[in-house]
Amino acid sequence: MGVGIEVINLNAWYGTNHTLQDINLNIPANHATALIGPSGCGKSTFVRCINRMHETNPIARVKGTVRIGDLDIYEDAKPVEIRRRVGMVFQRPNPFPTMSIYDNVAAGLKLNGFSNRRALDEIVEKSLKNSALWDEVKDELKKKSGASLSGGQQQRLCIARALAVDPEVLLMDEPASALDPVSTSKIEDLIFQLKSKYTIVIVTHNMQQAARVAEKTGFFLNGRMVEFDSTHKIFTNPSDKRTEDYITGRFG
Amino acid sequence: MKIDQFKTRSKVRTISDHLVTSLAVIATALVVTPLVAIFIYLVYKGASSLNFAFFTQVPKPVGEPGGGMANAILGSGILLGLASCIGVPIGISGGIYLAEFGRGTKLANAVRFTADVLNGVPSIVMGVAIYALIVNPQKHYSAFSGGVALGIMMIPTVCRTTEEMLLMVPHAVREAALGLGVPNWRSVLSITLKTASPGVITGCMLAFARVAGETAPLIFTALGNQFWSTSLNQPIAALPLQIYVYAISPYDDWHRLAWAGALVLIILIVLAVSLVRYVTSRGVLKGAS
Repeated sequence: MGVGIEVINLNAWYGTNHTLQDINLNIPANHATALIGPSGCGKSTFVRCINRMHETNPIARVKGTVRIGDLDIYEDAKPVEIRRRVGMVFQRPNPFPTMSIYDNVAAGLKLNGFSNRRALDEIVEKSLKNSALWDEVKDELKKKSGASLSGGQQQRLCIARALAVDPEVLLMDEPASALDPVSTSKIEDLIFQLKSKYTIVIVTHNMQQAARVAEKTGFFLNGRMVEFDSTHKIFTNPSDKRTEDYITGRFG
Repeated sequence: MKIDQFKTRSKVRTISDHLVTSLAVIATALVVTPLVAIFIYLVYKGASSLNFAFFTQVPKPVGEPGGGMANAILGSGILLGLASCIGVPIGISGGIYLAEFGRGTKLANAVRFTADVLNGVPSIVMGVAIYALIVNPQKHYSAFSGGVALGIMMIPTVCRTTEEMLLMVPHAVREAALGLGVPNWRSVLSITLKTASPGVITGCMLAFARVAGETAPLIFTALGNQFWSTSLNQPIAALPLQIYVYAISPYDDWHRLAWAGALVLIILIVLAVSLVRYVTSRGVLKGAS
């Protein structure tokens, strides 16, 4: 089951660049939440702060509180523990090129020392079914490299890989921006199914996509969160002028 | 643009295309020719002296016909095995440090600089240095000292190619591993290094092939041996040493054996490199990049 995310006064920097300023936000459990905004507004940085990937960059810094369920991720836990509970799907599909499809999905568990083969087989199958890729790859699980799949299949493979470690939250950083429309709609269908089990945060440039998949939407601009409300309200009757300008295409 | 103009342009392009292609072909031929020429000449000079005895017998004293280089072949194997045991792990670890953990630090820059300088050190100097460090204190020549000399010579090549290959692994692959909650050290060893492994193996093979033919560092260390010896504490024979001794001797049948030895050395290096390539390529999957 997914858990809610509570963000209190989150600030983040890259070097001297203050990329996130005083973000306060409650992301509901078992819903999809979309983050929209022009390029460079800080929405990717924001999701990277939720699984502490932000700090893998040596010049990056972060201050503030993020609670996932009851866990204060910057106080109570190590980054690797957080990242097992908060899965991430990146903008460009990034399967491990030297690994088979099977090993790609099992990677998160295997590399953390999990070695029960029968359990692994089950988890791999379940994860690939959950990411709607099973039927397309089940015959060549161990023979084909993850890199040999098409872009859309690779992205679903990456989703399966993230699901295999059984996270509570799934972060998606523009998961469909490198994909064609058919693959994109498959990913969107998937998000629809997955949100009953996981809390999903999806960064997107595509406002129709946000409207299609998310119940809640946040609008970011210049490192600040301008507005956070139900998706319906954001797209029909935003309370902030800047949100309205953005969604009507006046800038960005 | 008028159509004639377009036609002339396209003609110019076709001609320059052919020109550059033929230049590339000529350049390739120039690179390959010496290699092929050397090999043909070696076969011409050495093949006639190759027989079963060459691979099974030790050298005969001057004047007695026959004899072989079995001890030198074995000795080279031992020396190169020892050298690889020293050079490959240290070199790869150094490369991992340079690319993954020490990036931008002063220590890493110092290590990189040292490796480059070490790469440029003449091999005879390496022999003298090991003589001073190991042979002289022990008061005897030994296979061990020879292996150490060759092993140290392998380090810079292995280290720098490992670094280059690791840096070529896309950042996205590292992020994918870290995003799964894999600890950094584990991600480096199981993901980044594994992704870079074809290149790293090529680097190791380059270093191996380079030291396999080294004579100078062995003169002061392994010394050479006319008899069977597998002890790391005794002087040991090696193909390049044996070739050197036979080639500068005044005897015609030794010269022929030297040619045969050179041929065998090259064939063995090619075999070893091909074997490693074959073994490491067996696990590669369909469509893996």
